[in-house]
Amino acid sequence: MKQLLSFIRKEFHHIFRDKATVMILLLMPIIQIILFGFALSQEVKNTKVVVLSTTSDEATRRIINRIDASEYFDVVGTVHNSDEIDAAFRDGKAKLAMIFEDHFSENLKHTGKSHIQLIADATDPNAANSFMFYASNIITNYQQDISQPQSGGGMIVPEVKMLYNPQMKSAFNFVPGVLGMIMILICAMMTSIAIVREKEMGTMEILLVSPMKPMYTILSKISPYFVLSVINFATIMLLSVFVLKVPIAGSFISLFIVSLLYIFVALALGLLISTVTNSQLAAMMISGMGLMIPVMLLSGMIFPIENMPAFLRFISNFVPARWYIDAVKTIMIKGLGLGAVLKDVGVLVLMGTVLVTISLKKFKVRLE
Amino acid sequence: MYTIEVKNLYKNYYSDKSGKFAGIGKKPNTEDDSNSVPLQGLGAGISFDVNRGEIFGIIGPDGAGKTTLFRILTTLILAESGTATIDGFDVVKDYKEIRKRVGYMPGRFSLYQDLTVEENLEFFATVFNTTIEENYELIKDIYVQIEPFKKRRAGKLSGGMKQKLALSCALIHKPSVLFLDEPTTGVDPVSRKEFWGMLQKLREQGITILVSTPYMDEASLCDRIALIQNGQFLKIDTPQYIVSQFADVLWAAKSDTMHKLLEDLRKDEQVKSSFAFGDSIHITSPLNPPEGDLNSLSIDKLTKYLTKIGHKNVEIKEIEPTIEDCFMNLSQTK
Repeated sequence: MKQLLSFIRKEFHHIFRDKATVMILLLMPIIQIILFGFALSQEVKNTKVVVLSTTSDEATRRIINRIDASEYFDVVGTVHNSDEIDAAFRDGKAKLAMIFEDHFSENLKHTGKSHIQLIADATDPNAANSFMFYASNIITNYQQDISQPQSGGGMIVPEVKMLYNPQMKSAFNFVPGVLGMIMILICAMMTSIAIVREKEMGTMEILLVSPMKPMYTILSKISPYFVLSVINFATIMLLSVFVLKVPIAGSFISLFIVSLLYIFVALALGLLISTVTNSQLAAMMISGMGLMIPVMLLSGMIFPIENMPAFLRFISNFVPARWYIDAVKTIMIKGLGLGAVLKDVGVLVLMGTVLVTISLKKFKVRLE
Repeated sequence: MYTIEVKNLYKNYYSDKSGKFAGIGKKPNTEDDSNSVPLQGLGAGISFDVNRGEIFGIIGPDGAGKTTLFRILTTLILAESGTATIDGFDVVKDYKEIRKRVGYMPGRFSLYQDLTVEENLEFFATVFNTTIEENYELIKDIYVQIEPFKKRRAGKLSGGMKQKLALSCALIHKPSVLFLDEPTTGVDPVSRKEFWGMLQKLREQGITILVSTPYMDEASLCDRIALIQNGQFLKIDTPQYIVSQFADVLWAAKSDTMHKLLEDLRKDEQVKSSFAFGDSIHITSPLNPPEGDLNSLSIDKLTKYLTKIGHKNVEIKEIEPTIEDCFMNLSQTK
């Protein structure tokens, strides 16, 4: 026991004397959260709009005002012909153009029907989709408002409700994603590098020629990263609740339990990597390429798994982050309990057990 | 019972793609006959025994197989064939037992560079289930020299001090056998001398020491030595005996043009061998020339001959052989 404690103390020395690495490890989640939260936001805000309206009347003015008043749009000007619209798009002055037909208000009043053409810059199709959706919504709302007094039945008004994330904040999606990524990075990558470093520095040779149990070596190597991961988990939670305003809808304890489980899987992965590599560079490449990319691309963090081709969907089953992110979304965003994530928990437990068994089997008591 | 018993140890791995032999020993009946001269009674792999409290030196150039041998004996790698026991424990079967009782200092400095001197020592003490205080007596002589720097990070120590720290760490659990793989490589001459002084003291405490070195001059400080080349032992004996067995006449030659001198000597058929040694060239010629051979070489004759072909200030004198001369002589007959 004393051996183990002394070994763990030594590991903390290693980490905390390497100031640069500690800073990176502790600041990384903060920077990622801020980057994803503010800089890389996929939310549509202040989309620039130009308006082409030949007749200025009440209806057009009202619609334009509503558009302008919404946080999604910013009416930057009016144009007078289609050439000017083209120019605005080309120069990047507008992402959306609204063209009201001639005598818009009159047509609406007399025939009950009028047209607005919406033209969007669809170079970013996702963004174009979203702001088109917002713009149509605003127009529909207006139409409902004015048609209410004379409502004669037979009109279907869809009431859309965005469940769990009423404001459509992208933070609800990326907070679980960042959690999944940071844990893998710190646990798997740093653990494997730390163990391989002993091999590379030759100290593993001395540790092997000693009564030190391999289990102790492993435990003490992973414990500091376990602590760091828990700290990072706390940081991300605090940031998401207080800065990004993403509340933890479900039980924090459940969330914490699932996270511990995921950390365990990630540590086991790091351990496995360390048993098959002999250089820090190789360990970094394997955990970087082999873990980061699947976590980013195949976990549902950026691209929805449902939209993937069957083959990739199959592969994604083997990415632990996929199950973790799913569980975090269920608990943190939907507010459900552990009972709702039993499948995710089961898969993670299975993965962790398999990985630990393999790496303990593969952990060499000799040099080759 | 010997402290270390090695029988027919053989291990071959190809360190590079060229397929060159790398390892120790020689398998019997290998297809490659070029180098399979049977060793004197050693058979297939290498065999040797080390007595308790003996300093046994493994002397040979880089790549001779010293580290491979050490790693097999310290249970770090497995031999392909042959057996070895340390304190009666088999290196394969009882590796856990061996790991408790040996001290090992690898060739490369293998301590934690980012830990201080004291932290390193403390760490290795706890790894071996002991404390610095418990065995302080054993390491005292060595440790007092680095104690003033105990708060310094190990990576910032000089080569000689690193060596002392590594030795302290290897000794902290009072091992019965100490394995030192090239402990003096890269260490200055003064520290090297000190280091060997420490080994003598440790031997007095009954610790068996197996030490390897590429420096031939350190051989005479061992009780017994094994000369190793290409994974094979050329000879195992006391350094004194090996020197006394030197079968040829040995001369040291000097002239103003050393490089040309070496070339000319190598061309000379009567000179058995010649190689540069420090600031002179060591020449061997057969000790007992055939009876009545008037052409047999003498210092006078050789001096005259060399002067005739243009060397100035030729100076040849008979010298006592050293281990290095023996090594060169033995390795050339192989």
